[in-house]
Amino acid sequence: MKAYATARALPTLFKVGFAEAVAYRGEFLVWMFSTTMPLIMLALWSAVAREAPIGRFGEKEFVAYFLATFIVRQLTGSWVSWEINYEIRNGTLSLRLLRPIHPMLTFAIQNLAAQPLRLIVALPMAAIWLVAVGTGQFPHGPLAWLAFGLALLGGWLVTYLASFSIGCLAFFMESSIKIMDVWLTLFFVFSGYLMPVELFPPALRNVLDWLPFRYQIGLPVELLTSAHGAAAAAGLIARQWCWAVALFISASWLWRKGLTRFAAYGG
Amino acid sequence: MHRLLRYGRLLIAQMRASTLTLLQYRFDFLADGMLEILWAATALVPLVIVFRARQAVAGWSFGEALLVTGWFTLLQGILEGAINPSLTSVVEHIRTGTLDFVLLKPADAQFLVSTAKFQPWRATNVLTATAVFIYAFRILGRVPSWTDVVTALFLLMTSTLLLYSMWILTISAAFYVVKIDNLSFLFSSIFDAARWPSTIFRGFLSFVFTFVIPLALMTTYPALALLGRLRSPTVMLVLAGSLLFALLARAVWLLSIGKYTSASS
Repeated sequence: MKAYATARALPTLFKVGFAEAVAYRGEFLVWMFSTTMPLIMLALWSAVAREAPIGRFGEKEFVAYFLATFIVRQLTGSWVSWEINYEIRNGTLSLRLLRPIHPMLTFAIQNLAAQPLRLIVALPMAAIWLVAVGTGQFPHGPLAWLAFGLALLGGWLVTYLASFSIGCLAFFMESSIKIMDVWLTLFFVFSGYLMPVELFPPALRNVLDWLPFRYQIGLPVELLTSAHGAAAAAGLIARQWCWAVALFISASWLWRKGLTRFAAYGG
Repeated sequence: MHRLLRYGRLLIAQMRASTLTLLQYRFDFLADGMLEILWAATALVPLVIVFRARQAVAGWSFGEALLVTGWFTLLQGILEGAINPSLTSVVEHIRTGTLDFVLLKPADAQFLVSTAKFQPWRATNVLTATAVFIYAFRILGRVPSWTDVVTALFLLMTSTLLLYSMWILTISAAFYVVKIDNLSFLFSSIFDAARWPSTIFRGFLSFVFTFVIPLALMTTYPALALLGRLRSPTVMLVLAGSLLFALLARAVWLLSIGKYTSASS
């Protein structure tokens, strides 16, 4: 019964989330244009590849890789950690608690409802990709596209649930934004955001396979640029979803423990 | 002269006030300092990986490219420690109408809003940058001459002036379009492009980063100066360009503040 009521509320929540994103469209656009890092990295790496390819990456491969990074970053971004910190501090979280739907779900829908708007920036990037390097690197066949879809969803889940878990730490301390900053720094370096994970020294690469970061961006990007065979892709997707499940458990546990300490200051 | 002294004292008072505010949050102060160092390290990782595979990229060796990153770290410290915080609060002042109180004070409004807030922990960037410089020159196996260092420090001033002027121009937009809180993020992310030597960019972008958003002037030129590769006519041109930019920014600021019609009152 409860699941049914929740399911019925979902479309409305989506509509509200989308309306919110549209209402602040100017700000939203500025946010999206602030993700210039993949393009800056592209400048460096294509300058490197111009002289001679590095690994299997020539100039074209780097263009495809970093445009894919830009697109995937748009589609998997999440700010939930900052939102939870803000709502705990102002006490406005109590409004969310009054609703008969788990906040993990309402935050998630708010996040996903903005996605159509993000496509406005992501799609032109895809168009540039098509013009610049053609479809050669796109996934071949429906199965490969399905794998990419799974990895993209998994990437968002890992990002969202990690951010949610860290956000919940704000129940136990004044603010967990600093911890999120540390996570973000590690994410920038180790996720494949600044450079393809392949280009790291082999020893480090093995470590990265076990850390969550490369599953946030690296894996979906690699699948979108057909970097893996079927077996390797399946193995990596399995690890990614293991991380998603682990982070789901940690997020739920931290939320339950933390909520008992919530005092709704000023709310 | 008297006027200058008065503004000097005012600057010290403003800096003291922001330092005292920050010392209330000592733990944050420390944590932020550490985070800055970690953050600066992220700028180095791609360089290290690139130069494992290559001797030179776009005409720059590892040591030389490190110098550019060093300047980038230093300027980022100045941007985020001395320029960004004050000017972000101007946007808030304009939106809520509290800019009135600033305008009522018997000192230049641009000076007051530009010095309102400092974040001293960003000074760790100076240390990080110095470490990067020392490491870079060890790799290059030489020591910069005194004239090169003086030229580079001189260019640091013009770079800061440029950065500041660009910010004033951005803020002036807030008088016309109110909702631009996150413009500071956009600005910082464009500034991120200054971390590489400017020869990496080609064609259109290379033109933009030299003449429109003069990032090349800010980090690549001081690095060239340290290497002793910048001729004095170029230095003079950079100086003239920066002063012109600053005057333009001042003019636009005066024009925009004329348009200010308080909020809510």
